[in-house]
Amino acid sequence: MGGFWSHVVEPGFFQSQTVQVALLVGGVVAAVSGVVGVLTVLRGQSFAGHALGDISATGGSGAFLLSINPLFGFLGMGLAAAGCMEAIGVRRVRGRDVATGIVLGAALGVAALFLYFDTTFHSTSGAAITVLFGSLFVVSTSTVPAIVACAAGAFAVVLLLYRPLLLSSIGEDVAAARGVPVRVIGALFILTMAITVALSAITIGAILSTALLIGPAATALRMTRRPVTAMVAAVAIGVAATWVGCLLAYDSFYWPPVQHGWPVSFCIVAVIFVSYLVVDSARWHRLRRANVPAGSQDPAAAAARPLHESSTHDAEVLGSPRTD
Amino acid sequence: MADLAQGASAGVRPPILELDGIGVWLSGREILDDVKFGVGPGELVGLIGSNGAGKTTIFRVVLGLLAPSSGRVLIDGRPRPRRNRSVGYVPQKIALDPDMPLRSRDLVALGLDGHRLGVPLPSRRRRELVDEMLHAVDATRFADSRVGSLSGGEQQRVMIAHALVSRPELLLLDEPLANLDLRSEQEVVELLARIAKEKGLAVLISAHDLNPLLPVVDRVVYVAHGHVASGTTDEVVTTEVLTRLYGHHVDVIRLHGRILVVAGQGRGADPPLAQELGRLSNPLDDIMAV
Repeated sequence: MGGFWSHVVEPGFFQSQTVQVALLVGGVVAAVSGVVGVLTVLRGQSFAGHALGDISATGGSGAFLLSINPLFGFLGMGLAAAGCMEAIGVRRVRGRDVATGIVLGAALGVAALFLYFDTTFHSTSGAAITVLFGSLFVVSTSTVPAIVACAAGAFAVVLLLYRPLLLSSIGEDVAAARGVPVRVIGALFILTMAITVALSAITIGAILSTALLIGPAATALRMTRRPVTAMVAAVAIGVAATWVGCLLAYDSFYWPPVQHGWPVSFCIVAVIFVSYLVVDSARWHRLRRANVPAGSQDPAAAAARPLHESSTHDAEVLGSPRTD
Repeated sequence: MADLAQGASAGVRPPILELDGIGVWLSGREILDDVKFGVGPGELVGLIGSNGAGKTTIFRVVLGLLAPSSGRVLIDGRPRPRRNRSVGYVPQKIALDPDMPLRSRDLVALGLDGHRLGVPLPSRRRRELVDEMLHAVDATRFADSRVGSLSGGEQQRVMIAHALVSRPELLLLDEPLANLDLRSEQEVVELLARIAKEKGLAVLISAHDLNPLLPVVDRVVYVAHGHVASGTTDEVVTTEVLTRLYGHHVDVIRLHGRILVVAGQGRGADPPLAQELGRLSNPLDDIMAV
């Protein structure tokens, strides 16, 4: 540990109890978000995930108003909204989007009201920032067991329903034809999403919760062809981003402009976004290199190209006749 | 015409799938009326009709996704159980983006145990079954490719492997030729005919055009306005039978081994409406038959 490392990890980082709680909660939540996020993207429910995050803000702001633990506000509202969305429109994908949109609009309106009351009656001007953008460094120690229990529950549901969930992402008729109770599985998954998003809302705020759910998952999907590998990668990326984000936020007390610390949520989301850009551009470069031999007349080079990423397959999707 | 004599062609074995007087009413409208036909082992049957004729409804009834208002579905001579895994199903399209991380072999493996709970443990037997099935549909080449990045014909083959890996006795394919180019169309048809014969499978294929299936179908079930006529191509696709089925005059024209079904006037009464229909639908049917 030379002088360099003492600048990267500022003194006292690992000794601070706030940091310890933040690392534990952030790690647990990022892990479950990675697993649930991959299935969310595979099932085409990213919008529902985002909506659940926004809607849970209503619960969080309500919890501030009633002076109860915001986790239970996020959880209660998220689960209720997930139930509503499932009940209003499950028949069709488009119906589901419309149902999501209607519930989202109504809930955000109520959130605006609650936040207004929070700031005017309770004089807790920080409520809006905490609910919407969160702070991993203000999570109370007493909430930790509830967070870990929720995360374990969500994790268990997803592992248990892994195969039926994948199968119904191909098509609900296909899954139903195999004897999968599609509606029950879909309802359980959206409730699991609500729990995950509530945890994520505690960690990086209701508005940013999608970043933790979708960001690492989207990055992982760019890296692998296997669903299980994608989940492992998403967990790794999410946990790493959260921890690095915490570290950066801790270090930022020594940064300009005000030497007062940057928001930890910003730091986490920034790391997630940068990792996505790095992975995506690496993939883009690899694809471009892989496609160069396609122009040449070397059949061995063309055969050596990975089929799953070859441009011929993209072309076939567009309907051009095959030439090989 | 419409008879249930397929038992005779298949010897003593009873049909694997039998629809016995199926009627379906949906929101006050009659979608299917007294639908009767059967599919025997090793038999390839084409379910032919235009969009909205009731083909998909018949599939949904057979798959148990829709309860019929009347009649019975028998599989292997017994009423269809609620959760039936002895029917393989290939939908018209699957909903997967090109960059979704699901390989062909993952999709086929889901056909084996996708209804089970928990994460699958690596198993040699499972992998061998999947490899064998990918080989049987000639999909080994893209076994490790993402399903979403494959062409329509390739996805169709992977889905056929997915449907067959659990060794069902009956295979249903919903418009498998709808989005394929001519060459893939021919490949898929030949593959299905080969598998039906090799494995003694009962295969029911829906299509809006009979012609690509003509070389391989054993029998035809023609659907129009919720009614069906079934039998061999020569029995069903005739001017008399189809005129009765459609409720207005149609002509069946055989041309260079293809069949054109054309609405229009014939020997019987030819009211102006039929003439008009004939004039309008002629070019369309010509295009569909090519």
